[in-house]
Amino acid sequence: MNEPVVVLENVSKHYNELNALSAINLTLAQGEVLGLFGHNGAGKTTMMKLILGVIAPNVGDVTVMGVKPKDKSAWHMRAKMGYLPENVMFYEQLSGLEVLTYFARLKGQSKKHAQALLEQVGIAHAMARPVKTYSKGMRQRLGLAQAFIGQPKLLLLDEPTVGLDPSATAEFYQTVDQLKTQGTSVVLCSHVLPGVEQHIDRAMIISGGKTLALGTIAELRAQANLPIKIRPQGLNGAVVNDLALKNYLDEHGALHVPAQEKLSVLRHLLAAQSLSDIHLESANLEQVYQYYLSQAAVQDNNHKAGV
Amino acid sequence: MREILTVANKEFHDGLRNRWLLSITLIFAVLSVGLTYFGAAASGSVGITSLSTTIASLASLAVFLIPLIALLLSYDSFVGEQEGGTLLLLLTYPLSKNQLLLGKFFGQGGIIALATFLGFGASALLLFVQHYQISILQTFAYFIVSATLLGLSFTAIAYIISLSANEKSKAAGAALITWFFFALVFDLALLALLVGTESSLNQNTLTQLMMLNPADIFRLVNLAGLDSSDVNGALAVAINAKLSQAQLIAILLSWVLAPLVIASIIFKRKKL
Repeated sequence: MNEPVVVLENVSKHYNELNALSAINLTLAQGEVLGLFGHNGAGKTTMMKLILGVIAPNVGDVTVMGVKPKDKSAWHMRAKMGYLPENVMFYEQLSGLEVLTYFARLKGQSKKHAQALLEQVGIAHAMARPVKTYSKGMRQRLGLAQAFIGQPKLLLLDEPTVGLDPSATAEFYQTVDQLKTQGTSVVLCSHVLPGVEQHIDRAMIISGGKTLALGTIAELRAQANLPIKIRPQGLNGAVVNDLALKNYLDEHGALHVPAQEKLSVLRHLLAAQSLSDIHLESANLEQVYQYYLSQAAVQDNNHKAGV
Repeated sequence: MREILTVANKEFHDGLRNRWLLSITLIFAVLSVGLTYFGAAASGSVGITSLSTTIASLASLAVFLIPLIALLLSYDSFVGEQEGGTLLLLLTYPLSKNQLLLGKFFGQGGIIALATFLGFGASALLLFVQHYQISILQTFAYFIVSATLLGLSFTAIAYIISLSANEKSKAAGAALITWFFFALVFDLALLALLVGTESSLNQNTLTQLMMLNPADIFRLVNLAGLDSSDVNGALAVAINAKLSQAQLIAILLSWVLAPLVIASIIFKRKKL
């Protein structure tokens, strides 16, 4: 069972004049967690819909668990996929349990299963209340429970942590880690959020329907070649006069050092007797994301200028 | 089949929960029992009126009410779920579009059918207890069957509206206009045609034109068996045409199936 769960080959999708996705290639292995990043309208949701089989690509092939998701033959596979749409409004007048039981039955599961899921996401105490009385966080938990119905092999989560408080977010990531160990593949679709990095294997950054970057966070970081932030303490402004370091210095007394210079700069700093402490900060996902977006914008402008 | 039943069950329970079943049944029961008892009040007597007068009055009121109720019950079926995002979610489930459509139709149609049966059945029972005539049950059976078909037809038409609209408010407007057209404008236009062409329109053409409106077919089914003295307008002409009640009911049934098929085609093409 090492066959990839999702394969997108040269996939393009356009709505009339609008190119929602162009030439996307992606392979998702079993038990892999992919972070899909891009701002609104980048094509994230279109990509999810393609994988879910709600729409078909204009060009290229989508294969999910060995079948084309838009085919009739893919019916049985749909029960093994979980999807959390963005901003879904569940039936307000039904209770949480009724909503979840309805969705569970459609996937061939029982009311008991629905009840267990509500306990898992921590809203079992409110399951008899109508959904219209739920807070945003509770609605989001209900949505997650819905996505978890039937122990899916593939989870597509659109903005899963919106509306969750920090402890619920932590719980959510724990669940993702747990599912991953059970062999579930997860696509986390999100604006870049702090804390997501530790939980994803690879990141895909898209903008305007094109892939800007795809790889592990370490790879993306290396490719982006963003400087590392070093904040020495106790040097009392000696850095300003240090010719070797002066160029890296910003107005807050931190040094922005290219990755390949990191060790030599550190050695240099460590040689100073007065150094009392030192903070090292690699570029975070947010910065990597911004870097790829700005690169794309530059290329786009050049392209336009060329035409 | 399990999927269709699951959806139908949910829709039916929604109808119970929202008091739709209760209110429609009450409206129908009050209307029919009232007309059965007081229908003759205009002619100066109170008491159970004749069967044909009762059916004639019931049919002419039901023909406005049933389409309106069916449209109100179902116009937001799809567009409402689309706005809430659950339509997209449901389509990622192992559930085909036709299964969803049929499930909703059985659920909401069940509400309409049950309300019609209970509501109008009440006055059938009342009349039967008073007169002990089998013909009463027969006539009411035709009435209830045709009323149910009329309701189902407009439920299916409401689905066409709900699947074509992208906003709930637009669907509501379209539903109202649809009702206005079938319940009022269509007959006025027919009458105008009849008067304007100075009866050069023959009876057959007129009857055929009436087949284009499920509400008129419903009227014909129920008035065909009665004295034409209780009937007036364009209908009186058409009634003398040679269409049996069974034929009319078959045509009414096709007015249920055709909109369903159209709704299914629109659903298939719908972009989400």
